[in-house]
Amino acid sequence: MSGRGEVWLFAAQRLSAMILAPLVLLHLATMIYAVQDGLSAAEILARTRGSVFWGGLYALFIAAASVHGAIGLRAILRELTPLRGAGASLVAMLFCVAVLALGWRAVAAII
Amino acid sequence: MSAVGEAAKTLQVDIWRGGADGKFQSFTVPHETSQTVLDVVTYVQRRLDPTLSYRFSCRVGMCGTCAMTVNGRPRWTCRTHVDRVAEDGRIEIAPLRNFPAIKDLVVDMAAFFDKWRDAGARFQPRDGAAPSFANVDPRSPARRAASAAIECIGCGICHAACDVVAWNPDYLGPAALNRAWTLVNDERDADPAAHLAPVAGDAGCHACHSQQGCAAHCPNSLSPTASIAGLKRRTLAALFKGQL
Repeated sequence: MSGRGEVWLFAAQRLSAMILAPLVLLHLATMIYAVQDGLSAAEILARTRGSVFWGGLYALFIAAASVHGAIGLRAILRELTPLRGAGASLVAMLFCVAVLALGWRAVAAII
Repeated sequence: MSAVGEAAKTLQVDIWRGGADGKFQSFTVPHETSQTVLDVVTYVQRRLDPTLSYRFSCRVGMCGTCAMTVNGRPRWTCRTHVDRVAEDGRIEIAPLRNFPAIKDLVVDMAAFFDKWRDAGARFQPRDGAAPSFANVDPRSPARRAASAAIECIGCGICHAACDVVAWNPDYLGPAALNRAWTLVNDERDADPAAHLAPVAGDAGCHACHSQQGCAAHCPNSLSPTASIAGLKRRTLAALFKGQL
C-alpha cells in the first residue's frame, strides 16, 4: 500500500480508538447495571426498542470496532502469516465487512 | 542473573561458530577483574582458536562495531563487564539477531544500511556548499527533537532488539527511522518534508508497535520509539496538508 494509504489507516486506527475508549466504558457500565439490577431480556428490550440513542450508540460502536479490529488484524496477518501486502488487506477488509454486517444486524434486532 | 564470585577463576563461554546453521562451541577462559565480554572474545581468538571471527574497533564504546548478543540480549561487548552478565560463571555470545550471519560473530550489515538509504535518511544540504556554519537555535523545538535522536552511531543494537524487524524483514527498523526523524527536524536540509514519504509506506514508521525494545537496549540511551512516534505525527499532518 502507498504511504498515503498507510497514513490514512493510521488515522483511522487512532480515530476509531478515540471513539471506542468511552464507548467500551459505557458498554461495560451498562452491562454491569443490567446484570446487577437483574433486568430481564424483556425489560432490556423495552428500554432499547425505538431508542435512537441506544441504536445510534451501538451502531457507532460496531463501526469503530470493525475498523479498529480489521486494521489490527491486518498488521498481525502481515507479521505472523505468509499473507503480506494485498492478501492481508483483503482478509482484513472481509473481516471488517463481516463484523459490520453481523454487528449492525444485532443492533437492528434490539432496536 | 548473578555476578561471578571472587572465587571463580574461570568462565565457561559458549560462542556461536559458523553461519546461520552453525552451533555453539564452549571455551574455558580465565576470569579477570574488570574484564569485558570483548576481552573474553579476544582471549579466545588469540589464545584458544585463531579462526574465530568477530569485529571490533575502538574498544571504548564509540564506534559500535563490537555489538553482539550476550546471554540473549544485544550489547556492545566492549562496554559490557563480564561480572554484570555472567550467569553462574557462564556467558553465551552469539551474533546480532535480525542480521544475516556471515561467520561466527560477524554479521552482514549491508541490508541494515540499505534500509537507511530506503528511508531517505540522507542529508541534502539546502544551500549547497554553504559559505559558513548554519546558525541553528539550540532551543528551537526542531533542534531539540533532532538533538534527542542524533547521537546514534549505527551499531545495530536497536535493529537486533526489534521484534517488528524479526516479524517483517522489510520493516525499515528503528535506526533508519530514527535517522530520518533527525533530518525531518534539520532546518539545514533542502526539504525536510521530503523525508516523510519514504517512511510512510507499509514497511515504515506505522509498522512500529511502540514496544520500545530499541529504547530499552540502546547503549546511548536514545529512544527510536519516540522518533518513530514523531514521524507518525508528522506524516499524519503532512497527509492533511496535502504534502504526502
